[in-house]
Amino acid sequence: METRGHSLTRLALRAKGVGKDFNRRPVFRDLTFEVSSGEALAVTGKNGAGKSTLLKILSGLLTPTKGRVTYHADGSITDLDVLRPRMGFVSPYLQLYDEFSASENLDVLSRIRSTDHVSQPKVESLFRIFNLWHRRHDDVRTFSSGMKQRLKYILALAHDPLVLFLDEPTANLDEDGADAVRTIALEVQQSSILVVATNDEREAAWCGKRIHVGP
Amino acid sequence: MTAVKYGSIGIITLVLIAGLAIPLTRSPQGWLEFPVIPGLEEKARNIFFHVPTAWTTVLAFLVSMFYGIRYLRKRNLDDDLKSVTSAGLGFLFCVLATVTGALWAKFNWGSFWNWDPRQTSIFILLLIYGAYFALRSAVETDEKRATLSAVYAVIAGLTVPFFIFIMPRMMSGLHPGAKGDSSGAGPLFESKMMAANMRVLFYISMIGFNLLYVWLFNLRLRVARLDYRRLIQS
Amino acid sequence: MSALSSTYAVVVKDVQSELRTRYALNALVMFVVTTVSIILFALRGDQPSNTVLAGMFWVVVFFTSMSGLSRAFVSEEERGTSLTLQLIASPSVIYFGKLLFNVFLTLTLVFGVTIVYTVVFPGFTIQSLDIFLATVFLGSLGLASAATIIAAIIAKANTRGTLYPVLSFPILIVLLMTVMSATVKSLDGEPFSEAMGDVVVLISYCMVMTAGSFLLFDYVWKD
Repeated sequence: METRGHSLTRLALRAKGVGKDFNRRPVFRDLTFEVSSGEALAVTGKNGAGKSTLLKILSGLLTPTKGRVTYHADGSITDLDVLRPRMGFVSPYLQLYDEFSASENLDVLSRIRSTDHVSQPKVESLFRIFNLWHRRHDDVRTFSSGMKQRLKYILALAHDPLVLFLDEPTANLDEDGADAVRTIALEVQQSSILVVATNDEREAAWCGKRIHVGP
Repeated sequence: MTAVKYGSIGIITLVLIAGLAIPLTRSPQGWLEFPVIPGLEEKARNIFFHVPTAWTTVLAFLVSMFYGIRYLRKRNLDDDLKSVTSAGLGFLFCVLATVTGALWAKFNWGSFWNWDPRQTSIFILLLIYGAYFALRSAVETDEKRATLSAVYAVIAGLTVPFFIFIMPRMMSGLHPGAKGDSSGAGPLFESKMMAANMRVLFYISMIGFNLLYVWLFNLRLRVARLDYRRLIQS
Repeated sequence: MSALSSTYAVVVKDVQSELRTRYALNALVMFVVTTVSIILFALRGDQPSNTVLAGMFWVVVFFTSMSGLSRAFVSEEERGTSLTLQLIASPSVIYFGKLLFNVFLTLTLVFGVTIVYTVVFPGFTIQSLDIFLATVFLGSLGLASAATIIAAIIAKANTRGTLYPVLSFPILIVLLMTVMSATVKSLDGEPFSEAMGDVVVLISYCMVMTAGSFLLFDYVWKD
């Protein structure tokens, strides 16, 4: 397990000829690119161009109509099931369990992930960074949309993701939150793969690579 | 395709005429003699229509399942078009088989519906086809609709062997081949009860209905493809 | 190993969530109460035969499970948590987690209906306990496995509530007919050997349904 975990730290995400159709109409066609650990990719494009769709395809939530997405570690293809516990995704499409409290959400999700990469000090520091430490025992249904967005960051980061996807990263966040996200985005791309879908030039500037989707 | 078209029309017309016209009275020409199946008598003519439609129903379902599975593997929406085309025809033949069966049941067994195992089976098939189309109308995107209906067709198909092969033999029923059937034989057309000339007509009818299915399938598939092309262009 | 603990975690999550929201449980209890009272009104004190009793037993179980078992997937889809689950766990973990939860729910339901029937109908006395237990256990397993994959399908469709029984019924007919005939035998007090045929059909139904659903679940779960 440890050796496998080790080798996973140098990952490459390859998209080859990826295209997606909805109702037989192509959303985008023939995207080919590669991102490795230690790099960041910005996905830009107009509303409806398929930024979220591309992120879902890259994370394995959607099957592409054409082409394929693979993860490579040390030259060989890594199964998505091995990688899944170490992925993080912050998106308006990925919701939390309203009937559980913030820390219960974290517990439930890490138990389903069955990963041992969650450490208590790390969790506490994340809760403090995102200013939710005092609310960690409250049910998520009482949270505002900005607080939910912060909690999503905590859940995405608690297990040290090897791949982190951010869809509209600073949506619903105030200035403090946006600052925290920027710091984390820069930190994560030191060692992991970061993919950001955004319309905002400042957010796109976090990333070294860029891909434009849509016609 | 024109060969299939005229072939199927020709053969079914022949069956229709021959099935109704074979003399009922004893005649010197032996091959023209209408074979009398004990208990069925002239009502046996229905076998030329009832059994082939029932068989085509099952065939259409299998074809629909086949293309459904192929869609799941290859993600080509044309396979879904074929799948739904076949399902539509299957539904049509299923209604025909149910109606011809119910009529036959009325005159042979006394009432239109008796919940005989095979009647139950065709009823379930009718429900499956209905559910399949209900599901299709409830999904928005074409790709998702294709996937979900293919999965449903396969899941439903998994239960079909239970009611086609297991149920009729477990429950007592009125159809030939059911448990408790005094003749003990399988379905009618397998048994020795059918005379040679009748069997010839029966198998010709089977071929005719299969050709009819192939022709209709191609016709409807082409229409469906044109519809979709127009839809994409608009 | 980790797949097992993940599956267990999914079941625990669903049980905890159910205990907090009581969505499925309340619906199940109210449905049982409603349908049984309607049957009682209709009978007006008549003592129905064993065949009618066994039939109505499974009618109640069928319609009640149709009101509650879709919850497993529909609630995830409605809350937008299905993508979250999809991200963190493999499809097989989700499928077996949801299946186990639904089996658990169905067994609870059948147990409840059995108690209600025993109290309400004097004629409902189980003579052959072995047949009854085998029927109820295998029946719940088969019902839950068919209901789980159909729930996964309708969660992705629009008109969920009405579609669920429509899609489930044709698939469950074989199971329902078999459990009904076996239940009559258990009420009549026949020896276990008499119900052997039913039990074999039930076992093969469970195996076919679970294996088929497992193989097809990927396609349904992933958009």
